[in-house]
Amino acid sequence: MYVRRLELTDFRSYSRAEIDLDPGPSVIVGPNGYGKTNLVEAMGYVATLSSHRVSSDQPLVRVGAERAIVRCAIVHDERELLVELEIVPGKANRARLGRAPVTRARDIVGALRLVLFAPEDLALVRGDPAERRRYLDDLLVQRQPRYAGVRADYERILKQRNALLRTAYLARKVGGTGGRTGDLSTLDVWDSHLAQHGADLIAGRLDLCAALGTHVAKAYDAVSAGRGEARVGYDARSWLESGQVSLDRVAIAERLGEALSAARPSEVERGVTLVGPHRDDITLTLGEMPAKGYASHGESWSLALALRLAAFELLRGEGIEPVLVLDDVFAELDTGRRDRLAEMVAAASQVLVTCAVEADVPRLLAGERYVVGEGEVRRGR
Amino acid sequence: MFEGAIQDLIDELGRLPGIGPKSAQRLAFHLLQADDADVARLVSALQRVKELVRFCATCFNVAESEECRICRDPRRSDESICVVEEPKDVVAIERTGEFRGRYHVLGGAINPLEGVGPDNLRIRELMARLASGEIKELILATDPNTEGEATATYLALLVKPMGIAVTRLASGLPVGGDLEYADEITLGRAFEGRRAV
Repeated sequence: MYVRRLELTDFRSYSRAEIDLDPGPSVIVGPNGYGKTNLVEAMGYVATLSSHRVSSDQPLVRVGAERAIVRCAIVHDERELLVELEIVPGKANRARLGRAPVTRARDIVGALRLVLFAPEDLALVRGDPAERRRYLDDLLVQRQPRYAGVRADYERILKQRNALLRTAYLARKVGGTGGRTGDLSTLDVWDSHLAQHGADLIAGRLDLCAALGTHVAKAYDAVSAGRGEARVGYDARSWLESGQVSLDRVAIAERLGEALSAARPSEVERGVTLVGPHRDDITLTLGEMPAKGYASHGESWSLALALRLAAFELLRGEGIEPVLVLDDVFAELDTGRRDRLAEMVAAASQVLVTCAVEADVPRLLAGERYVVGEGEVRRGR
Repeated sequence: MFEGAIQDLIDELGRLPGIGPKSAQRLAFHLLQADDADVARLVSALQRVKELVRFCATCFNVAESEECRICRDPRRSDESICVVEEPKDVVAIERTGEFRGRYHVLGGAINPLEGVGPDNLRIRELMARLASGEIKELILATDPNTEGEATATYLALLVKPMGIAVTRLASGLPVGGDLEYADEITLGRAFEGRRAV
């Protein structure tokens, strides 16, 4: 799969931009702050309906404009598909697939498969567990779209259960029984639903973690030249005491149910759900040490990169080869790592590399060249 | 902003569900220009709906007398009750012509975020009906979303010990459509709920 053409209207700094792209490697060069990342961000938005940089849509629309439009021509199996997305902050996005409008913008997810590595990804190693859960869940949805529903259902159940616990907590705090009493008679119901949907999500994550393991180790080995083995594990300490997680969905649901019963007094005490996949984490280890807190900056960076490369290899190995985007990566790596990374990805159907200094990009990836200037993109030397 | 009566009307219309400020304005000016007779008919319809329509004493569907049309119908079976959230769900199921039993309208679903618990629904009344011993099957037809599923599970836990069969409507693919147009969530659920043929 590759992106043949990208058109932006009022997206970020661009009032209008049109770029024709080729398969294979391409380099997007330009000074800092001129909008290289904006180009790949637009593609990322088409792929996932969210930006890797901001959580709200407002910054995506050029100041003074009402809406931003991103158009992408995607070639897959020698067929071209046109995707158009209209981003209107505060409103539902509108999308077209081919020439026909789709009922929900979500229907275009999957049309473009893309794996993006950006400087923000350092948070995968150093940041909160939420960052790692999002990495896992996003990949899960890309791999099996059914999990978009599982994830949404779980989040909704969690919200409802937390609301119930909070009312009970407030009722207890006030004492007495006026107005909204802390009625916990339905808590058993929410427990069973949380356990069922939670187990579905966890089973998917465990399966994914297992599939990712070898890819992460291989990718880290490649970019770090064999200095310690990188391992990925699933940390479920909120509901599983210790040991290897090797359970099927039914067993997980059972275990979650038990953990919920055990945690109930403290949950009612604190008014929040303490057990479930929303408290889980991925453990990343280098050699014998946990990466968080022990890994150097370079090692953390390489590990974050390895996580994205592993996602790329996994999706590539299971069917449709995604487009790979490396945003501002090479400036952070030494020459040896740069060359090894280039070797790994040079054969991909499309790799887009952004950089401020062109000399940082290994020769192997010096394909087509695009220069980003003041609000415009030029192709050529 | 308009003056006096017309703005009052716009404000009142704007409070209705699904009506935004623009639509409210359009409706208000439409009414202003309409025939007196048409407006009078609308006014009397509004008044009558509040005067005459009440809730069935048995199933809490909308009715114009003590009991609704369905509860009064002697041809329907007393052996099964179909539980729904709203009166409009009764209409939807009646359109199928498949169900010949009685209904019970809960008046919503369990929803802690909105502060709705079992006590705010007509569950106690349902239990009283089931206690008569005549009912053999309870069909749970609450909405297939998080809140509807939770309500269904809650009722199932309450009712099963009474020895009454409890069933839940299946979820799956729409009939007459193409498989390729089903969204992945519906299709995924249909896959999970597949059955032998």
